Amino acid sequence: MALSFMDGNEAVARGAMAAGCSFFAGYPITPATTVFANMLKMLPPKGGICIQGEDEIASMGYCIGASMAGRKVLTATSGPGLSLYSEQISFAVGSEIPLVIVDVQRLGPSTGSATRGADSDIQFMRWGNTGGVPVIVLVPRDALDCYLLTIHAFNYAEAFRCPVFIASNKEIGMTRESVDLDAVALPALVERKKHRGAGYLPFGAAPGAAPDFLPIGGKTLVRQTSSTHGPDGYITIDPGVIAANQERLQNKILAAEERITLYEENHREGADTLVISYGVTSRAVEDACRLLEKKGKPVSSLTLKSLWPVPETLLLKAARNYDRLVVIEMNLGQYVGEIRRVLCGKKIDFYGQMNGILIKPGKIMEVIENE
Amino acid sequence: MSSRLNLDRPPVFCPGCTHERITKALDRALEKRGIAPHKTVIVSDIGCSGLFDTFFNVHALHGLHGRALTYAQGLKLADPTLNVIVTMGDGGLGIGGAHVLAACRKNLDITLIVLNNFNFGMTGGQYSATTPTDAKVGSEFLNQAEVPMDLCAVAESAGATYISRCSGHDPALCDLFVDAMDHKGFSLVETLGVCTGRYTKKNQLTPRAIDAMIKAMPQMNGPVAKNQRPEYGETYRKLALENKHFSMPVTIKKQFEPAAPKREEIVILGSAGMRIVTAGDIVCYAGMAAGMNVSMKTDYNITVLRGHSVGEIIISPEKIGYAGIESPTVVVAISDEGVQRRKAMFATLNSDTFVLREKSVTIPDTPAAVVEIDFKAFKVKRHDWALASLGVLAKEGRGLTPDLLAFAVRKKLGVRLSLLSLFGNRVSLAQFINK
Ligand code: SF4
Repeated sequence: MALSFMDGNEAVARGAMAAGCSFFAGYPITPATTVFANMLKMLPPKGGICIQGEDEIASMGYCIGASMAGRKVLTATSGPGLSLYSEQISFAVGSEIPLVIVDVQRLGPSTGSATRGADSDIQFMRWGNTGGVPVIVLVPRDALDCYLLTIHAFNYAEAFRCPVFIASNKEIGMTRESVDLDAVALPALVERKKHRGAGYLPFGAAPGAAPDFLPIGGKTLVRQTSSTHGPDGYITIDPGVIAANQERLQNKILAAEERITLYEENHREGADTLVISYGVTSRAVEDACRLLEKKGKPVSSLTLKSLWPVPETLLLKAARNYDRLVVIEMNLGQYVGEIRRVLCGKKIDFYGQMNGILIKPGKIMEVIENE
Repeated sequence: MSSRLNLDRPPVFCPGCTHERITKALDRALEKRGIAPHKTVIVSDIGCSGLFDTFFNVHALHGLHGRALTYAQGLKLADPTLNVIVTMGDGGLGIGGAHVLAACRKNLDITLIVLNNFNFGMTGGQYSATTPTDAKVGSEFLNQAEVPMDLCAVAESAGATYISRCSGHDPALCDLFVDAMDHKGFSLVETLGVCTGRYTKKNQLTPRAIDAMIKAMPQMNGPVAKNQRPEYGETYRKLALENKHFSMPVTIKKQFEPAAPKREEIVILGSAGMRIVTAGDIVCYAGMAAGMNVSMKTDYNITVLRGHSVGEIIISPEKIGYAGIESPTVVVAISDEGVQRRKAMFATLNSDTFVLREKSVTIPDTPAAVVEIDFKAFKVKRHDWALASLGVLAKEGRGLTPDLLAFAVRKKLGVRLSLLSLFGNRVSLAQFINK
């Protein structure tokens, strides 16, 4: 067996390369900078393009332009940069521009702490667009996930024609570890569906589906616009057309919830408690569950690897046989509300910590045991 | 070749608006250049100039205020065969100033047409970055407290290779556009015009006054001699081509059978410049060569050359979950700054934890077994202390063995080192240890 040694940020870059990414634009920001640094090493030898924008807004603009020319694009930032991305994210969401955004989260609010981890932006990623359109957010627990989920992220971006977020964390992005790249089954690569034939409408699509794609610069003329548009890509004020488009934007993501859902679960014999977590925190949760099992107190765990759209079907199914749920987050409770909404009626305990350090397995055991 | 105007969507500007003339001149220029419509894209900004993409039968991208240049450059980098034209008002110039500067500095082969009409037409005639101080606009007195900027002068100092300032009523406008588009590199055309809907309601501004205005300003008529240089895309591709080597991940096969594989938690407490991360990598490589899982968390100041630097390494036969250190088996204390960073840890150490302390470093009381080493006495330079410590650990069989260390050093540093040379002299390892 041969193990590779890398941090989560390098793993993201390698995942992007494996997914066929050929364009990166970004702006340096701790703790996401090394995604950029890795792409700058990896793209040129493969004929790809990697540039530094004059700021985060520009970086996203370059990505949007390149994606509309047909490229698979990646960008990476952290909380303060994500704030600047926001207007361009709204554009990409509303105008169905595929791209992958890595948010290597750090302790917020605001500039916060550059080198301290936290899952600060879980709600910000979901709601950081004007219009409240649903987005896809995947969340890795370790470097290997960074590699695998980045490939999934590109596939989702292409299939649903939307930005896809990878909610990494300083504690994953900058932690080096051994990974067995050969041990993961990679998904088949997905390419955006190209339109064939005449009569192309840039936003013509069946209800709940993404429109077919044609690149700017191809034989058929393409219109892209951030304004409220009809299927032809021209401004519309027709309430019927507007409503249909808004519903389509919403449904293409929400109706695909089960298809998008990614997770790991570990149900233990005799457990009456299910611990739900995501990201780097789930590593400590898994340790806590193992230690509790040794103490003769089996506890089950569910690790979410996709947070948005909320994996409601999974949550309902996974929690079915448990009397009590415990939710652990590396923030003061950004996602537990979603779980409470979906699993209302269940007893749900919560522990959140946002102090710049990882939640220890011992703390999680205490929360689980102190019912 | 024929007109690119979209006859289904004729211009909708206020009567007398200069934008209408610019639309027509741009159409004639596109026609004259003869580039196929599907090889042309118009990227439009926000405001009345943001309507341009709809009037033409070419590719179109209309985005956020001030950001048109960012999309345009992304398109051009992704597809260098595209003829890219950006239309932007003086509003977009103000809000997207950083992008204008960057485009001038980059020199990517696109054409920016700034439709300067001295105010925000669409939102009610507010003042912009180019509104004269004495103009009467929809911003009460605010413009009277500022001065307008000279876009062409700014572009020149930012390195633009082509700048032209002209009236939107210039009969030669079409040819000026053609000349700008023919320029290989970033070309900026600032057109001065009237906004009949807003600006000229309260301000006297005629085409003749605009001519006089242009005459009174520095003349900008095309290529800027002092800024000439190769186009960005060409330069970029040439430089990028020199990077042929795609580096594969660091991959290490198991090549040593550890006698008794067990979990080790190693903490290295040092300072910036002591190569703590390099030492940590070496420990990790050694662990992987023994077929173990490894992880390393680092903690250092963002001011890279100052302050503490701490490495926390886990070596484990099992998959590593929580990557923090809970009960260290080895602590290497080689700087006071590093020790300060983890001072609470010392009281919690087990009695069988191996603490290696450099003689000059002070550590808090601890139940652990402390071994002192005097690197200074043996003339080991401070930046080698972390690496030298690994030699001690290997000798003591704590977390490393000499074989593993020799392998890992060779892998990481690309040099075949005897353990001794880690210390920079020929003194035997044992002499360093002063129990
Ligand atoms: S408001 Fe001004 S810029 Fe806009 S169309 Fe009318 S005259 Fe032209």
